[in-house]
Amino acid sequence: MSTITAAPTAKDFKSDQEVRWCPGCGDYSILAQVQRVLAELGAPRDRTVFVSGIGCSSRFPYYMNTYGFHSIHGRAPAIATGVKVANPELDVWVVTGDGDGLSIGAGQLMHALRRNVGLKILLFNNRIYGLTKGQYSPTSPIGQRSSSTPFGSIDAPVRPVSFALGVGATFVARAVDVDVKSLQGVLRAAAAHRGSAFVEIYQDCNVYNHAAFAFATDRETKEDNIVYVEHGKPLIFGKARDKGLRLSGSTPEVVRLADIAESELLVHDAHAASPAHAFMLAQMQYPALPEPMGVLRAVEAPIFEEQVFAQIHDSRQRAGQPDLAKLLASGDTWDVS
Amino acid sequence: MTPAASAPSATKQALPLRSVTVRFAGDSGDGMQLAGTQFTSTSAVFGNDISTLPDFPAEIRAPAGTLAGVSGFQINFSSTEIFTPGDTLDALIAMNPAALKTNLSDLADGGILIVNTDEFILQNFAKARYASDPLADDALQRFQLHRVPITTHTIEALKGLDLSAKDAERCKNFYALGLVYWLYDRPLDTTLRWIDAKFSRKPALAEANRRAMTAGYHFGETAEIFPVQYRVGRATLPPGKYRNITGNQALALGLIAAGRQAAKPIVYASYPITPASDILHQLASQKHFDVRTLQAEDEIAAVTMALGASFAGSIGVTASSGPGIALKQEAVGLAVMTELPLVVIDVQRAGPSTGMPTKTEQTDLFQVLVGRNGECPVAVVAARSPSDCFAAAMEAVSVALRYMTPVFLLSDGFIANSSEPWPIPSVDSLPPIRIRHAEPSADFAPYRRDERGVRPWAIPGTPGLEHRVGGLSKADVSGHISYDPKNHQHMINLRAQKIRNIAAELPPAAVEGPPQGDLLMISWGGTYGAIRTACEQARERGQRVSHLHLRWLNPLPRDLGQVLRAFGRVCVAELNMGQLRTLIRSEFLVDAAGLNKVEGRPFNVRDVAARISELLR
Repeated sequence: MSTITAAPTAKDFKSDQEVRWCPGCGDYSILAQVQRVLAELGAPRDRTVFVSGIGCSSRFPYYMNTYGFHSIHGRAPAIATGVKVANPELDVWVVTGDGDGLSIGAGQLMHALRRNVGLKILLFNNRIYGLTKGQYSPTSPIGQRSSSTPFGSIDAPVRPVSFALGVGATFVARAVDVDVKSLQGVLRAAAAHRGSAFVEIYQDCNVYNHAAFAFATDRETKEDNIVYVEHGKPLIFGKARDKGLRLSGSTPEVVRLADIAESELLVHDAHAASPAHAFMLAQMQYPALPEPMGVLRAVEAPIFEEQVFAQIHDSRQRAGQPDLAKLLASGDTWDVS
Repeated sequence: MTPAASAPSATKQALPLRSVTVRFAGDSGDGMQLAGTQFTSTSAVFGNDISTLPDFPAEIRAPAGTLAGVSGFQINFSSTEIFTPGDTLDALIAMNPAALKTNLSDLADGGILIVNTDEFILQNFAKARYASDPLADDALQRFQLHRVPITTHTIEALKGLDLSAKDAERCKNFYALGLVYWLYDRPLDTTLRWIDAKFSRKPALAEANRRAMTAGYHFGETAEIFPVQYRVGRATLPPGKYRNITGNQALALGLIAAGRQAAKPIVYASYPITPASDILHQLASQKHFDVRTLQAEDEIAAVTMALGASFAGSIGVTASSGPGIALKQEAVGLAVMTELPLVVIDVQRAGPSTGMPTKTEQTDLFQVLVGRNGECPVAVVAARSPSDCFAAAMEAVSVALRYMTPVFLLSDGFIANSSEPWPIPSVDSLPPIRIRHAEPSADFAPYRRDERGVRPWAIPGTPGLEHRVGGLSKADVSGHISYDPKNHQHMINLRAQKIRNIAAELPPAAVEGPPQGDLLMISWGGTYGAIRTACEQARERGQRVSHLHLRWLNPLPRDLGQVLRAFGRVCVAELNMGQLRTLIRSEFLVDAAGLNKVEGRPFNVRDVAARISELLR
């Protein structure tokens, strides 16, 4: 006897379009993890929408067998806001990059996050412009040589997670493209979050900026360079899990577990009302400190589209059902016979 | 004693007039817009036909008494049908020297000039750049000058009320209003009702304004200086229930009505900009009609929010003025490419760049027709008067939804703020808006077209219609990304043809006047009233002039070429340097002349009449 199962698989989320990223691009792994997690969560394809801007990452919607909108440079958060206000029942994902989201579209990203629109925003950070052939990006480090910065970049880079926290994002997380387990965990947490969920994904552009994140992907050394954060757990890292983070005044410092009592370690609090703790983590930078991976912040706050509908509801309570004839004839009127 | 609601004053002679144009002018803080709108409501409710021209600076409060701070409100009220706010003033109320200086040139010879003498003092002459007292100038002898110490009289009338000196002085606009009400034998009841409602929680201010207005009225009646009253009878308008309406109000109502007729929510996203902001204010207070208003972070976010809403099945609408429209154009191109409905309202103002934000122009026609990258045709409709904005908004939404295209709706700063009586339509008479949605089927394809060349609206949330849209060139039918050269050309042809197909449902070119003659005057948008009036008057003088007003600028009426060829000459009148004229010349190879003005003000009828006579000479 055969059983027909309705449970979707990752394959169900693959569109019939050939994926056209460069072979070896980090985007392939991210696409696979998103498809796997959506399948696992049983996401309804007809109620899932992927919205993107312009850039390599923004081709993402074409490869998802859901509804999709590949829009214009930087504006995906605003398009997605419109989608959500039109139909709050839809699960709306935004896919953007460091150029799309933090250069041309920083204005839109900021406002979607501060409004706490119910969007899952994935920012693929490869610290370079790929589609336009390798110019530096707003996340490129100072000194980065590129086709447009032959003598090195002189722009101070923006840190995506710090930016998101700074504008009041209620969910901020980070993962690495090839760190499959951690990435899946972050995607699951983002999907579960009510409100804007912002996920920075370190992504390798193997053509123009290969190994920019080698410190976080090299099997031998990565565990000494990153720290997985988990709510309520002390910050411990290192290949031998022999190191931790402790506060020295208001700044974190690396300590050897052997040298201290565990109670001295910094404990992660993703749900703190103040974003200060998460911001401190967001500022930790290799090589001085390990870079945090996982959910830095996840707090509840009023959700934009819910408030839009609450006002409509309240307005009906107050003004009653809509009466167009009454509206057209409002104000001073007179009869001509 | 309050004057009776509509009983004519018996003390003086009342001369009947067909129509009158009055302008209240004063400092931005003098309440001239309020005096003007009250005079408008009273005249409308009384039964006159009316047309108004508010004229104010962009600065909220320029330094008091300066030329930059002058704010004016002009009303033409008539016993016959009128279509313009009037060329010249029959009466000017100048509350200070600056208002006199900036407005006197519009006052007809022999016209009534009322000045507030309390403000005609040395320090104000300098602010208005007068070397000496302008009231002493012999040039004013051409007018009926009435010197009234309006401020003094107002403060006098309010003695005994518990008011600060400043609050008392601020009632002087109601004193001036009362005086003009007397002069034109207007009833006071409409404004008295407004005062009661407005100041229901501030009884002292209500009483002060009532008293100030009544004092002004009584001054007119008892002072010896006004020998006569004037009376403008009721107009014979088509029967029905009327209200007074501005263009921006009518746009908001039209959008709400369109949402009802299409059974879809309106998602209205915009960024504040003069003179379009008012539409957002109007809609934001009507949420119970399921109007979802979003004040976006910028113009680009506004249009993209609207487009996202359209993708998800709502009616996405955004509005702006010239500078904001420029910012939206990339997204309008995306709407063209994806073939999604979108309504973009452009309340045009004087440009280029920031230009004169509160002044009117029609200089965005090229911007909306062709101001995007690529071959990117959109439908364009222009409202012709304040009340016409209602129907134009409904038509714009209807075409956008039924043809899956962005539609530009052109208004302008003049019709946005100006007002006229509007016969309120019955809700049952509103045209339906029937939409074709995609149905799930085995051969669903997002860019498969119907007989009109229109693709189906496949709305997220519908099982079986999952598909992707975007700005990349796409294959016919499937909508998949395509770089095929022939397909690219084919899709450009299809999208252009779709816009041309709209013409099939539009009425033929409607010529007012004989269908052939010596001259055809062509207008579009808010200049309709002035051109119509000038052409009617020209025909009364025996000139063989007809008038064609174009409502849709893209597509144009199918029979336009034929219509043009029936006239010896064609002249396109527009408040730009010849944009529609260029289009007409290139489309129809007609040697069209132009009447062009870019001064931030509407056409005067006499401008048009002069051009007509010149062309017929």
